Formats: sequence, C-alpha cells, structure tokens
Amino acid sequence: MGIKRGLKVLAASALSLGLLAGCNASGGSEGSSGGGSGKVIKIATQTPLSGGSATLGESIKLGAQLALEENKKKFEDLGYKLQLQPYDDQADPKKGVANAQLIGSDKSILGVVGHLNSGVSIPSSEVYEKYKVPMVSPANTATEVTDRGLKTVNRIVARDDFQGPAGADFAINKLGAKKIFVVQDKTAYGTGLADAFKKAAEDAGAEILGYEGITVGEKDFNGVLTQVLSKKPDLVFFGGLYTEGGQLIRQARDKGIDIPFMGGDGMDSSTLVEIAGDAVKNVYYTSVAADASKSSDGQAFSSKYKEKFNKNVESYSAYGYDSMSVLLKGLEAAIEGSDGDLPSREKVAEEVRKIQDFQGVVTKVGFDDIGDNKFAKVYIYKFSEAKYPGVQEGEISK
Amino acid sequence: MLAEILQSLPQVLVDGIALGAIYAVIALGYTMVYGILELINFAHGEIFMTGAFIGVAMLILMTGMGWLAAMPAVLALILVLVVTSILTGFMGVGIERMAYRPLRNSPKLITLISAIGVSFLLQDLVRFITEYKRGNYILTGPSMFNEKFSIKFSSISSSFSDAFFKTSTLILIVAVVIMMVGLDFFVNKTKWGMAMRAVAQDRETASLMSINVNKVISLTFFIGSALGGATGVLFAVQYGTIDPYIGFILGLKAFTAAVLGGIGNIRGAMAGGLMLGILEMFAAANLQLLTGGIFGAEYKDVFAFAILIIVLIFKPEGLFGKAVTEKV
Amino acid sequence: MQKLTSKLKGNKMAQMILLVLYVLVTSLSLYLAQASVTAFLLLLFSLLILYYTELPDRLKWLIAGVVLIGVIPFVSSTGPGYQSYMEVATVVGIYVAMALGLNIVVGLAGLLDLGFVAFFAIGAYTYGIFATGQAANFMPFGTFPLTGESFWIFILIGCFVAALFGVLLGIPVLRVKGDYLAIVTLGFGEIIRIVFNNLDKPVNITNGAMGLASVKPPEIFGYQFVYPNQFYFIVLAILFLVILAVRRFEFSKIGRSWKAVRENEIAAQSVGIHLVRTKLLAFAIGASFSGMMGVVFAAKQTFVDPTSFTLLESITILVMVILGGMGSVPGVILGAAVITILNLQVLTEVTNYLNQLSLDGVISFPEALAPAKMQRFIFGAILIIFAIYRPQGLIPAKNPVFDEESLKEGSEKHRKEKITVEPDKGFQA
Repeated sequence: MGIKRGLKVLAASALSLGLLAGCNASGGSEGSSGGGSGKVIKIATQTPLSGGSATLGESIKLGAQLALEENKKKFEDLGYKLQLQPYDDQADPKKGVANAQLIGSDKSILGVVGHLNSGVSIPSSEVYEKYKVPMVSPANTATEVTDRGLKTVNRIVARDDFQGPAGADFAINKLGAKKIFVVQDKTAYGTGLADAFKKAAEDAGAEILGYEGITVGEKDFNGVLTQVLSKKPDLVFFGGLYTEGGQLIRQARDKGIDIPFMGGDGMDSSTLVEIAGDAVKNVYYTSVAADASKSSDGQAFSSKYKEKFNKNVESYSAYGYDSMSVLLKGLEAAIEGSDGDLPSREKVAEEVRKIQDFQGVVTKVGFDDIGDNKFAKVYIYKFSEAKYPGVQEGEISK
Repeated sequence: MLAEILQSLPQVLVDGIALGAIYAVIALGYTMVYGILELINFAHGEIFMTGAFIGVAMLILMTGMGWLAAMPAVLALILVLVVTSILTGFMGVGIERMAYRPLRNSPKLITLISAIGVSFLLQDLVRFITEYKRGNYILTGPSMFNEKFSIKFSSISSSFSDAFFKTSTLILIVAVVIMMVGLDFFVNKTKWGMAMRAVAQDRETASLMSINVNKVISLTFFIGSALGGATGVLFAVQYGTIDPYIGFILGLKAFTAAVLGGIGNIRGAMAGGLMLGILEMFAAANLQLLTGGIFGAEYKDVFAFAILIIVLIFKPEGLFGKAVTEKV
Repeated sequence: MQKLTSKLKGNKMAQMILLVLYVLVTSLSLYLAQASVTAFLLLLFSLLILYYTELPDRLKWLIAGVVLIGVIPFVSSTGPGYQSYMEVATVVGIYVAMALGLNIVVGLAGLLDLGFVAFFAIGAYTYGIFATGQAANFMPFGTFPLTGESFWIFILIGCFVAALFGVLLGIPVLRVKGDYLAIVTLGFGEIIRIVFNNLDKPVNITNGAMGLASVKPPEIFGYQFVYPNQFYFIVLAILFLVILAVRRFEFSKIGRSWKAVRENEIAAQSVGIHLVRTKLLAFAIGASFSGMMGVVFAAKQTFVDPTSFTLLESITILVMVILGGMGSVPGVILGAAVITILNLQVLTEVTNYLNQLSLDGVISFPEALAPAKMQRFIFGAILIIFAIYRPQGLIPAKNPVFDEESLKEGSEKHRKEKITVEPDKGFQA
C-alpha cells in the first residue's frame, strides 16, 4: 500500500510539475519557435557517437563542428546564429529514424550532415525527404543511397560502383594481380564495396580465388587467412573498416602472407597503422580524399583540428568538414536568395543540389541530378612504411 | 577436397588451439561460478576485457618509463600478468559482494539480470575511462613477442603444409596450460579445493561441516576472475588491439564452450573451449570447400551454435556433464 | 499530503475529477507549448495514474481509449513536434507488444529466452521480402513487389510465420532446461541474424547486409500510410488486440498451466499438465506478437536490415520485462514505455541540452560522458538496482485469489464480488 500512496504523491507532484512545465515550456518556446526573429539556424549531425564505430562517427562530428565554427562569423554578419546539434544514431536504423523525426520536427534545423552507415542513412533519408531537410553524407558509399532519386540526399564521397572498379583497375593493371582473394566484413559498406570490386575484377579478367566474410567485432581472422595461405593469390582485397582490416593485415603478415593487400576508404585511418604496425607495409587503399598533408589547405585543416580537439585528424573528419562546408554554402546561397530572410528547407535543399564547383579541403564538390558528387575522384595510396597517411600512387577520375 | 583440407590442417590446428585456449580459460571462470552458485556470471567476459585493458595500460606505462626495454620481455609479461590477475581477482570478489551476494536467496533469473547489469556497467566504465584518457577507446599495446616460427609439417608428409605462428602464441599456450594444470591441482588436491567442491555439491551441508561458505564463494570468484584477467592480458599480447566490446562476444563464445563441455565441470570447460576454438577455425577455413561455395566463413558462428544445439538436444547436460535427476 | 491521499482513497469521484483535471492541464500545456517534451511525457503519465485509480475496469479502458485515440494525437497535432511524438509513441507501441510477448515466455512460463528479437526479425523480413522486388529472385510466379494493400494480410502471415519458428525453437527446448535453455535461445537468435545477413547467396532471398530498401507502405482503399501518426493508429489497434489476448490467456486454463510449469515442472506434470504442449504454446504465442510488430516495423521503417536485430535488442526487451515486473501485464507495458522513451527521447534531449551548454561555453564537460553514450551504463545500473532492491519490478504481478467459501456456495454473483487480489508469489522458488 505504501507504494500506492507514494504513487499518488508522485502523481500529485507531477500534476503541479505539469503546470509548471506548461508555463515554462511555453515561455521557452517563444524563443525557438520564432526562429526568424531569434535568428538561430541549427545544423544537425547524425553519426554513431557510441558503440563500436563511435570513433568514426565522432571524427565526422568534430570535422563538421570545426567547419560550422569557422563559418559562424560569416552567418552572424548575415544576421543568423549558427548552432550545431549533434545526434547519436548508434549505428542503429531505428535510432536513426527516430532522431530523423526529431530533426524533421525541429523547424530551426535546416540541414543534416550524416550518416556513417548506409544502413542507417537509407531509412533516415526517407524521413528527411518527407520534411525536405537537405542531407549531405560524408561517408555513405552504397549505391542505393542516391539511386532512389531523393531530392534532399547528397553525398561527397564516391559510390561503391566507382570506387570498387577503380581499385580493381589499379590492382590488375598497375599491380599485375591475376589471382585475387576477396574478404569482406558482411556489413552494408563492406559487401557493397567488395561486390563492386569483385565484379569489376572478374570483368577485367582476373580470377577470384575466394570470396569470404568475417565477423565485425572479432579479433581472430586466422581461419580465413588459412584459406588465403593455401590458395596463394597475388592480392587480397578487403571490403571493410580499419579495425578489422588492421587485424587482418597483421595476422596475415604473421602467417607469412607478404602479398599486397588492398582496401577502400574504410581503411583510410591512422588507427589502421596503429593496429597493424609494421605489417601495414605493402598495403594499398583507395580513398576519395586527396592527400591532405600535401596541400596547404589540408595542412591548415589538420593543425587546426589537432589544436582544437587534441586528436589526430582522420579521413572522415575531413569529409565531415567538407560536408558541412558544402551544406553551409548552400544555406548561404539560400539566405541570399531570400534577401536575408530565413529560407525554407526546400530552398536550402535546392541550393545545396545546385552547387557545382565547391573546393573543399579534400575534394571538389559538384552534385549531379541525383546528388552524387561529379568530382568525386578516387586516389590510390600505398603504405610503404608504418606511417599515416600513405603515399599517393594513383588518381582516377570518372 | 580432402587433400586440401588435410593440407591446411596443421595451420588450422595451431590457430584453433590458440583461440581455443583463450576460450577454455574464460570458460573456466563461467563454469566455476556456475558450479558453485548455479549462476551464469555474464560479467565474466567483461572481467576478461578489463584485464586486457589493465594489462595494456601497464605495458604502455612501462614502455613510457623505459622499464620494458630495461628488463627481459618475459619477466615484464609475468609481472603484468600477476598484477592484473590480482586486480581483476579482487574486482571479481567485489562484484560478487555488491551485485550477487544480496541476491543469494532470490530466484536465479534475478541474479542473472544483475549479472547482465554488471556487464553493461563495466563495458561503459572502461569505455569512458579509456576515451577520457586517450580520446579513443580502441587501444593498441606495444608490440611484443613477434618472432615468427613455423613447424615443418611438410617434412612429415607432403600432404601437410607448414604451420606458422608467433612467439606470443607459444607463450599463450604455455601460460594457459600452466593455469589449467594449476587450477586442476588446486581444486582436486588442496584443502580449499575440497571445500570448493563441497560447497558446489551442497551449500548447506558444507556449512554444517564448518566450511565458511562465503569465503569459499569469494575465493571462487577471485580465482575465476584472476584467470580471466590474466587471459585478457595474453589476448591483448596475442592480438595487439583491444576495445571495450571484446568481452561480450568472447564471453558468449566461452560460455558456449562451457555449456558444450558440461557447465559446472572444470575439465569439461577446458575440453569444450579447445573444441570450440578448433571447430570455429576449421569452419572458417573449410566451410567454403565443404559446401561447394554455398556457405562461407561467415557461417562459422552458425556452425558453432548449431553444434551446440545438437549436442544439447542429444546430451542436455553437455559432453562431460553429469545428468542430474531433479527433485521435487 | 497523507491526509489528502487518505481522503482520496475510496473516493472515486474525487479521483475521477483529479484525473480529468490532470489530463486537461497536461494536454493544455502540450497544446500551448508545442516543443515541450516534458508536457508530452506528463500527458502519457496520466495513463499510469489512471491505472492506480479505483475506477471500474470498464471506465478505465474507456478513459485510456479516449486519451490514446483522441487526446494525445489531437493536442500534439498542431505543433511542429507532432510527428516526432507520434514516432516515439509508435515505437513504444511496438516494443510494448514485443515485451508482452516475451512476458508470456519468461514471466508466465518461466522460460528464459535470450534470442527473442529473432521473431521480430522474422516478421520484418516476411513483409520486407514480399513488399520489395526481392521476392522476384526466388519466386517463380507472381509479380513483386506486392502492393501496400497486402500489408493487412501480412500482419497475419507474419504472426503465423513467427509462431511457426517459435514452435521450431521450442523443439530443442523440450530437452533442455534453465540456463541451457538461455544459451540455446541465444544461439537461435544469433543464427537467425547471421543467416539473414548472409542469405544473399546462393539465392538472393534477404539481400544480405545491404538490407531491403523501399518497402511498400501500407495502403487501404488508395489511402497510404506514410507518416508516424498514421502508423500510430495501426500499432494502437494491434496493441489493443495483443493486450486483450494476453489478458484472456493469463487467466485461462493455459495461463494457469504456464504459471504451474514456471513454479515446478514436475509438480505441474503430475497434476496432468502437458509440458510439451504448454511450453510450445508459450513460445508460439509470444513469438506471434513479435512477428506482427515486425511486419509493422518493416512498413514503418521502409527498410529492413540485420543490424536492427542484434543480441543487445533481445536483452533490451528482457530489461523491459524485468523492469516492469515479470508476469505483470501493466508492469511490462510500463517497463517497455519507460525504456523506449528513455532511450529515444530523454537521453537524446538531455545530451542535446548539455551539448548546447558546452558549445556555448557555459560548462565544459567531457565528450566521453555524454548521456546518450552512457545508455549501457544507465541500463546496467537500472538492472542491478532493480535486481537488488525491487526484483518484482515496477508493478508487481498479481494473482486473483478466490474466496474458498463462496466458491463452495457456487453462487456466480457472490463469487464475482469477492474476488480480491494479492501479490503474486511467483519466483520465490
């Protein structure tokens, strides 16, 4: 009975709290709902900030944050206060969609930078489309993301069916690989990339000796490597992220497999070198990012990033930075187009899609009619020593 | 096909035993606790993970202070192993004290839930501390024992190929064997071991025989957790990179191994762990071949779980467990 | 305060007035303050207050219906937060149904199932495969995708397919008990997920890790269900049926057999309860609820992929059941609602708030400590605290107790009046 009474007390206090909340919230909402006069514009990021792939999600968020803060001044001159609203999608489609609904219903949010996982991006972008919120993806390479022809969805990275074949072309023509073993991590990203690579390699006449999957989160890949050992290929292609990639390479070298390894942009991370150590030699990876350390822009970005967040720059932080910059560029155009008034989301989405020649830190951006980046190039890097980033070996454009 | 399987068999065995040894020691922790409390200590995988983090943190610290270079690597490893196992051992005792002891007389399901809670809590705590200190929760330890070896199986018969492995694999296997033999001796030959067996058999009767049940349970947790923590260090040395989520998957596999061998049975856990490791490695290396390319290495967990379920259907008490008749 | 509550006790009129007042105030505050999550949550809280009033059951159901169907959608509809509230409410509904399903298996029949999300996955894939072009890969006849009108039939199909798998899983269960059962179900859950993740070859059935995109939305007479507020009503309708079914089962012969099996299998067997049938029925019925909601989930998300069905998800559903109170229907509903709202709304909002503060430089707080990241920590703490201090859950299960003498008299009317409730003594064994 004590509980029952307690609950009644709770109910009574909740009632009064409700009254308070009503007053409080209605007071507070005037500030935010009257966005035009308060002049707050929010840009959301949605990436995994917790769970297994949080490192990547975090680097996207921080990159975007840096871009936003650099642009704050410019927008203040236009009369708007920029704010970052980071969401955590936990790499879970359910959470992503629920957050997307929150984003959609917050009228002051005019754009989204995200997601990391294509599996989250695809259902969430359906929601963005309903609310006309423009999305710029820094990382999704799956073809399905833009192939649905949504008006709000854009990406700055290369599609799987461009990156994969580019890698295959390099592997066969430059490295002279005839017999290739493909390993993938059975995620949407890994499968998409590995499939595209496999198809292109087969078309180019290479023999695929094996096509195997590993489990994300595990650390022992010796079973698959035993197959590699007994089949003796010239090259191993890995579709997946650096955590598994690093382990795979390390364990392969321990087994005496000294053939070149190749991977996609998921391997483009300093952590790969950290994990694999010296084993990283003779590993190639494709990336849509030009070597940031060569250009002055890139160097400036790295040092700013390091200074602000006290973390080493990752490839995805640069993509996050560029995605945010592109989005803000579109926003700026939309504000100018509406004579300084707060533009509608549709307008911003249109302006983002219209961007044709934006020079980012790592890539030039121009969107085609389904939101793919026309200038997405694929660069090929090689690690010849245990140092990140690798040395640029080739460059392939569409 | 058979020739190909035979060809890679030595390598599969070496890798399988290395992985299986890790499963086996973690499985010991599950099985000891189960034997004495009839509780699935879900947090055991996390103790293993914490051990790995403590070990790597110590190794990094020692490298930073130049100690690692100053003393022989094996000595450093032993030092780290001992310190880590003492720390994780006390952690295990603490967890038992806080989260399980108040529930000693409640239904098993409730204690299990508390265990799942501890497991989540530890994962996030380690994640938080590492991320706070280093900005990234994926930790890579200093590279040790990287010398490569190969056993020339091909000289025995040309149908085998050579097996490659590292010094760390050797150290791992030796350490695990020492731990297992030590534990087996302890449980079967010492006074405390006898007390443990007595408590496992019947807690109340044991207490009547002037055995301090609480002390025995604490000791069980200490030993199980110490072994788990030490295995964590060995794991970190063997595989190099750790993150806060390794404990969950590995713990699950080790628990499967414990059930496979007959939970509550120490030798069963050892056998179950080794079996599961070898089975998994075998499946990853050969499933593609065996099924003509229809199923690949990605089905290795399905393979392992399917075997577990089949074993349980035909022998519900596990391979080495004793069937218990239930009393009303 | 105590005086007030003691006065309230027994005074139905006062309770009624207070409740109506509460609903009015909270809905008004939600209506006026559109972006207020607090007001939305407080409005939902009225349902809990309703549960604790001493009004007649029928009236309670009626009020709950009015609040859920009328008040909540209406007062939130005018503001910008509408769809996100409805999304949260829809997801809550989905989880409530699943938790009720698991409650039958774990709470009533006492069979610990750690792979429950598998049935949800089966339901989702059943609809996902046929409502996209995927089915054309292996079906020799028919045109795919099926239209959105098939959704309504698929709710039933999903229900049956999941129940079928429930029985399939149940077969090994006939031999294993207790903790062995936990690991078998866990293995089953993982097997289902891995198989779905890999079934893109040799025949492409599930499209593997890429998932099934552009699942057709439900449709009826040309009216399409696209927005969360539309799904809300579908979920509500199914949920109503589920609760009705659970209520009927719980106090029927089969419900009592489940409890008997939970307390002591051998004793149950000796009083003539068919163990195999009873256990299989528990699995099948529990699974069928999940299967139905899986279909709804697939249609709502328009995308199905294996990452939605991990072991963590199974454990989350288990947490809901434990938190609410094993075997207690109102408890489980509350547990599912609390966990889902905590996860989807409260943690996200608090993180945003703290984040805004630290971006504005008001406080500096480490990124690693963001509440949204601490989800596991919070879950873990909830589990331990509840296990130690309140193992029976938020709302403990109650068993009807019949007055022996009145039963002997056999008077129907008399008996009904004398039914009282007392706390469930379950889980003491």
